[in-house]
Amino acid sequence: MKTVGKGISKIDGMSIATGKPVYTEDLAMANSLVVKLLRSPHAFAKINSIDTTIAEKLEGVECILTYKDVPKQRFSLAGQSYPEPSPYDRLILEEVVRYVGDEVAIIAAIDEKTALKAMSLIKVKYELFDPVLDFEKAIGHASIVHAENDVHCNFDIGMKKELNIVSSHKVEVGNIDEEIKKCDIVVEETYYTQANAHAMMETYRASSYLDHTGRLVIVSSTQIPFHVRRQLAKALQIPASKIRVIKPRIGGGFGGKQTSAVEIFTAIVTLKTGKPAIIIYDRKETFSCTTSRHAMRLSVRLGADSNGYIRVVDIQGLSDTGAYGEHASTVFSVVGDKTLPLYNKTTAVRFTGNVVYTNKMPAGAFRGYGATQGAYALESTINLLAEKLAMDPTEIRLMNLIKEGETCLTYNGKLLGSSTLHKCIEKGKELIGWKERYPVQQIDKNRVRAIGMAVTMQGSGIAGIDTASAEIRLNDDGNFTLLIGSTDMGTGSDTILAQMAAEILEIPIENIIVNAADTDISPYDPGSYASSTTYVTGMAVVQAAQDLKRQIIESGAKFLEVSSEEVEFDGETISMIKGEGSVRLEKLAEFLVLGTGKRQLVGNATYGSPVSPPPFIAGFAEVEIDKETGKIDLIDYVAVVDCGTVINPKLARIQVEGGIVQGIGMALYEDVKFGDKGKLLTNTFMQYKIPCRKDIGNVQVAFEESFEKTGPFGAKSIGEVVINTPAPAIAHAVYNAVGVRVTSLPITPEKVFMGMQNKINF
Amino acid sequence: MQIEVIVNLKKIKMEVDANEFLADTLRKYGILSVRKGCDTTCCGLCTVWIDDKPTLSCTTLSFRANGRKITTIEGVHKEADEFAQILVAEGAEQCGFCSPGFIMTVLAMKNELTNPTEETIVHYLTGNLCRCTGYMGQLRAIKTYLGVQ
Ligand code: FES
Ligand code: FES
Repeated sequence: MKTVGKGISKIDGMSIATGKPVYTEDLAMANSLVVKLLRSPHAFAKINSIDTTIAEKLEGVECILTYKDVPKQRFSLAGQSYPEPSPYDRLILEEVVRYVGDEVAIIAAIDEKTALKAMSLIKVKYELFDPVLDFEKAIGHASIVHAENDVHCNFDIGMKKELNIVSSHKVEVGNIDEEIKKCDIVVEETYYTQANAHAMMETYRASSYLDHTGRLVIVSSTQIPFHVRRQLAKALQIPASKIRVIKPRIGGGFGGKQTSAVEIFTAIVTLKTGKPAIIIYDRKETFSCTTSRHAMRLSVRLGADSNGYIRVVDIQGLSDTGAYGEHASTVFSVVGDKTLPLYNKTTAVRFTGNVVYTNKMPAGAFRGYGATQGAYALESTINLLAEKLAMDPTEIRLMNLIKEGETCLTYNGKLLGSSTLHKCIEKGKELIGWKERYPVQQIDKNRVRAIGMAVTMQGSGIAGIDTASAEIRLNDDGNFTLLIGSTDMGTGSDTILAQMAAEILEIPIENIIVNAADTDISPYDPGSYASSTTYVTGMAVVQAAQDLKRQIIESGAKFLEVSSEEVEFDGETISMIKGEGSVRLEKLAEFLVLGTGKRQLVGNATYGSPVSPPPFIAGFAEVEIDKETGKIDLIDYVAVVDCGTVINPKLARIQVEGGIVQGIGMALYEDVKFGDKGKLLTNTFMQYKIPCRKDIGNVQVAFEESFEKTGPFGAKSIGEVVINTPAPAIAHAVYNAVGVRVTSLPITPEKVFMGMQNKINF
Repeated sequence: MQIEVIVNLKKIKMEVDANEFLADTLRKYGILSVRKGCDTTCCGLCTVWIDDKPTLSCTTLSFRANGRKITTIEGVHKEADEFAQILVAEGAEQCGFCSPGFIMTVLAMKNELTNPTEETIVHYLTGNLCRCTGYMGQLRAIKTYLGVQ
């Protein structure tokens, strides 16, 4: 292969690295109105009165909107294909506020100062309700977070809103109670995974204006331009044909920008005033008024025989979705989807539980999407089981993990197409020095070093639902334009999709212009999430390129007045296989757009996959613990990845390193915390600590390629799987170091220290 | 109030409010490479040089820059491009939003430190957060750039 598999630099690398004005804020119209939001100081309240008269009189204030001024149609901000499985439980503004930070009024003024001044002049009187803050007490709480009658679900997701249950979920194969009785050993543990903040460097932002035909144009830092258009149409009650969403360069997303946080506010201001508007969330709003990872409680019960074969996996969950149900049921179901198939010598498996509403900032999509929470709980319990059986934790995995060509209880006979996970484990053991260093080494009187490990899987796209389209056009000058609706938020997806097209067309990648994404121009794509872009959009690009290549050969043959079987195309020239005749691509391109009876060539494809092949990863952590303080230093992290064919080794490596470090943050530092009245405490980078350069030790990355038959060039996904192993692997290493099993994230020095004192679970 | 500053070697008069910060002033005057990622001096995205010293422009009151020399990435584009090439070849820019502040700090470090070790590099750059790359690739790029092992 000429282009695929090469470490090509990102096509937009130089302009984003050197600070060119390519992001949403840079592109906003001059003189845009500045939009600010008045937010609720209370976790749960009803607005008894709201007086905007004085604020409206302020010079420079253009509009102030309250719940009385917005459509009464409920919607969801979840970035999911229609009909969304997330409940329609939102209004743009509502009489009831459900968390500290919930929007009360929209203010637009000529500048920020005026908008803020106006905000301070709005008078609101609230009737306070008792908030539901503890997610373990939400079910059956006297307060009901969503008592309104017009909440709507497109599917039955098990909503019982009078009990604060958004969604109930159950998968069960086999008879758990019977099978567990047959087990020689049963282990059980309960885990708590915390909410995390995405903390992408570019906070949420969007700008909007009306174009020359009066259509609403939104420029937004979003992962989901087509879903934004549909949501806006529903929320604003205008036809989708009147809306255009443009996505420029994006300063990070991690799933946060799969939930629309801001677009609706500028859009409604532009519609009401006819003027361009911009909204930029500051860091505090980004932390406290968007979405976080779902915090969960997961109880895991494993049963095994005395040889170490795992027979029963039983997981009970409870998930906190906060005030609104974006991604509530889907994140929760992924906990089971990505844990139950991993170990397949089982005779019975179950995953069941509820997602509940509370009066806190809503949860939403976040890299890993439930698999992260599930991996921490399951893998920690596997390590516990290995210890109880006195087995090497890598051995118990090698015996039990699903292999290529095998099936498992939840796959209904379907076979796993590709996996090199066993090789990943072997390679990881070598890289971390398992033989020499497992489990623990005394460094000096106070310090010990220990090793731990975990494995995980994710998916590639959403099987049977998300479907992407791609178009490739042969331009008049012999170059190509690749049109896609997916979103490169820094991952390099525009580049790897161009690599795929270049490979098929046998052309240099420089000959391809990539255009993504603009809902007026791009073919439909659900957007970039669920680890779908390489795999799903990638297949669409491959097929569109093949379609175009076929047309080039046909047109070239026609030009040469022979049949298409008699010519070949090498990326530059269409030539007769036998004989002298040939035409250069540029010449053909020119010919196809000049004169009568011509047709410019466009390759097209739409692709949706019936399967979601899992990428795999084996993670190994080495930590050093100071026994006097409980302080944990991460020394080394080894990640070995099976993402099928690696399309671009450099970009893939950075994806892994970035995801591992985010996982390290989740394992050791990051914790979204609320005060006792429901106010977010961790609303700056001072309180919410993401890893800095000193926190991460050494991260080593290796690949064990497999070949996924259903993927483009054998590729699977990589974006999400990489965040899942650090928490369980580090927890394991900590246990091996000091014998403290930390079962609630993050693994802080206090928990380790107190654990050492008490030798009980923390 | 009016201040006079030298931005990227050009003298400019700027109209600023008494409580306005330099990052905002620079953006207002079209220098869009200056970014903000926090409001608490934690992220380093807003780093520019004032009199050749890397400074957080998000918390520098604009009037304090009066009469001083301000350098942003546009003012050192040759050196910035040279390093950016290495960074990009390493694949170590992802979303790129943190890059201008990061690159300004790297270039300042190059001027300030001779033969830094890996430890001193990491220490110098601790105030520059990046949520995407995981830092390892950035470190590889810096080591290539400085020719250190
Ligand atoms: S914007 Fe974060 S340090 Fe200045
Ligand atoms: S590249 Fe995205 S924050 Fe550094």
